[in-house]
Amino acid sequence: MMRKSFRKVSVSFLLIVLSTLTIALSGCSSDKAGDDSSKITIGIPQDIDSLDPHYATGAGTKEVLFNVFEGLVKPDENGNLNPAVASEYTISEDNKTYTFKLRDGIKFHDGNAVTVEDIKYSLERNMGVDGSEPLISSFSKIESVNIVDDKTVDVVLNEEDSEFLTQLTVAIIPASNTDPATNCIGTGPYKYVSSSPQENFVVTRFDDYWGDKAYIKDVTFKIESNSDAVVMDLKGGSIDMYARITSTQVSQLDDQFEIYEGTMNLVQAMYINNAEKPFDDVRVRQALCYAINPQEIMDYVSDGAGTEIGSAMFPSFTKYFMPELNDTYNTDTAKAKELLAEAGYPDGFEFTITVPSNYTQHVDTAQVISEELKAIGVTANIQEVEWNTWLSDVYSDRKYQATVVGVDASTLSASSLLARYASDAGRNFVNFNSPAYDEAYANAQSTSDDAAKTGYYKECEKILSEEAASVYIQDLPEFVALNKKYTGYVFYPLYVQDISKIKLADQ
Amino acid sequence: MSKARQDLKRNIKENPYLLSGAIITGIMVLVIIIGIFWTPYDPTAMNSADKLQGMSLRHPMGTDNMGRDVLSRVMYGSRITLLIAIGTVAIGSVVGTIIGALTGYFGGMFDEVTMRIIDALFAFPSILLALVIVSVFGTGWIQLLISLGIAFVPSYARIVRGEVLRCRNMDYVENARLQGVSNLRMIFVHILPNIKGVMASSIMIGFNNAVLAEAGLSYLGVGSQPPYASLGKMLSDAQQYMFTTPSYVLCPGIVIVLMVLGFAFLGEGISRWK
Repeated sequence: MMRKSFRKVSVSFLLIVLSTLTIALSGCSSDKAGDDSSKITIGIPQDIDSLDPHYATGAGTKEVLFNVFEGLVKPDENGNLNPAVASEYTISEDNKTYTFKLRDGIKFHDGNAVTVEDIKYSLERNMGVDGSEPLISSFSKIESVNIVDDKTVDVVLNEEDSEFLTQLTVAIIPASNTDPATNCIGTGPYKYVSSSPQENFVVTRFDDYWGDKAYIKDVTFKIESNSDAVVMDLKGGSIDMYARITSTQVSQLDDQFEIYEGTMNLVQAMYINNAEKPFDDVRVRQALCYAINPQEIMDYVSDGAGTEIGSAMFPSFTKYFMPELNDTYNTDTAKAKELLAEAGYPDGFEFTITVPSNYTQHVDTAQVISEELKAIGVTANIQEVEWNTWLSDVYSDRKYQATVVGVDASTLSASSLLARYASDAGRNFVNFNSPAYDEAYANAQSTSDDAAKTGYYKECEKILSEEAASVYIQDLPEFVALNKKYTGYVFYPLYVQDISKIKLADQ
Repeated sequence: MSKARQDLKRNIKENPYLLSGAIITGIMVLVIIIGIFWTPYDPTAMNSADKLQGMSLRHPMGTDNMGRDVLSRVMYGSRITLLIAIGTVAIGSVVGTIIGALTGYFGGMFDEVTMRIIDALFAFPSILLALVIVSVFGTGWIQLLISLGIAFVPSYARIVRGEVLRCRNMDYVENARLQGVSNLRMIFVHILPNIKGVMASSIMIGFNNAVLAEAGLSYLGVGSQPPYASLGKMLSDAQQYMFTTPSYVLCPGIVIVLMVLGFAFLGEGISRWK
């Protein structure tokens, strides 16, 4: 009898203990989940063209990869370069040797520590040490990357360059990674999870990040190849944020969204293939500049918002921007016709503008241009192409007559916008060729005195404007829509989206 | 009044579909023909002062986001849309019917192999198919027609095959066979006329799909290129102004509806023609 009741008591005791534990433990786990389940879906206009940061070409790819990869130094929202993979750096008196100290304890996403060998490997990969063309043309300036000890690396240049630091934002990737094109490993605040072509690119917070860790855990970049669907998707909640929406789209969003306004930091222009007839004649290019009215384009495309530019420089680079170049060509149909007649085209001519169909603002711009050119008897046909076709046909193969796109700056130096116009530059997709420009650009590169350098860069801009290398239009206004559940979006003077600074509104 | 004319009159009276279909389609074709010679405004002329206007006397269908007159653009766009729709459906239905009739009638190994190929074609997204065709042959109207036409073949082939299978063993077919009718004559003279009702309705549905498919394809650089726009492209461009300027999306939409409706009535009328 005694034994039986004891057993009963012990069973009920056990039950009580178990149920208490269950409740207590489940309480614990739900707390933790609340912290870790934060996620955001961000719409992006185009597919990721390469997971390999050194081979990625699209500005839309680089702005996403900014969250995954870091260089020795990293730009911030104020236009400064801060040490990233390196914890500190020194530049020698003669501007030829840059010495970097590796940051203590910094790790790659796969958990391995970053070594000086990885830095050497990453830089040399871009230099094309095996005799191939350098991936970044300015990296041909690097004479050698020397490992001093297991914490220190010297980058030695073969010529003086006081602003070479701006180039060293190039991603540091592990030397042991045999296939960077599919295996995406960096040191940034987010690490790569997966990607599906034409669909999405998924990253998650890297908890061993050396700096300020990201707020939101899971980030999905969703490819919105149909720009008309963006408003619907935002309202319907399938995306929480979209950068670069148009002013019409803004007007359709309700107060569920916070709209951030800035500029896109793009040189939007009708880029002309200078090697192609009739554009090999400077008078024809100038005639187009006289016939095209940037203000009118802004009125149609973005309700008048936007900043006019007269050369390959956007206003955020205040040091280099020359507003006076906006007046090199003021709309003058008579003058344009006169120039065309001089060049041997009194009755105008016909050409095709190839535009990437996923960028509404560029397609609309092309339509306005086509209409404006009718006044001088020039017929501009428009050909919409898909982004990857644009990249291969127009940008890489240079098989086009004219195109409307925006070109971004990859670094904080003026040369990132101006380098492509040097006649031998690999990215010179407009085939611009001017000895005067080459000389001015070379002078800018070889000078270490900052004022003189800026002077030469300005000379370059002037030449581009006078030679009408392309028809420069505007720096587009940028509107970013962010669901009010989130906050903290910051604009950069570069074409990047820093997701690590975005947080939940109640966080 | 001769008997033939009386017959015709009676037939039209008893067949309101044919009459209304002919009227609607007639009006559409008339508008398109007028559009070739005259539009109220230049369909590509922009006007920044008149952006996104609603309907008014000056612009009966309002204006678009570039201040272009929507009526003029609709008149121009219907031409493109009609041509593409007719061309696509013609290619798709002719090829599809031939394949479907042959496979359905003969059956066996030939049927198995052909239908599996058709299945494979079905599994291909038509956008992908169009991309392949564009990258091989370049862009243009012909390529667009071919790629859309090929994409439409499988559905016709399946429908016709099913119908032919159903009719193959019917008494009238047996009867004709006993009289020594050849296989080809059997298919095209005896069986196909008996399934014209099903075919007419599937052709009308195909017409509808072709209008929408063209709109999707202009995204890839095939189809109508700006500044000109087919009705479908106008519809997709107007999407983002749906709530601010409803006339811009409604007008091309209604014209598409009328066009499809006219053809649907015409099809129904033809299938009821005695």
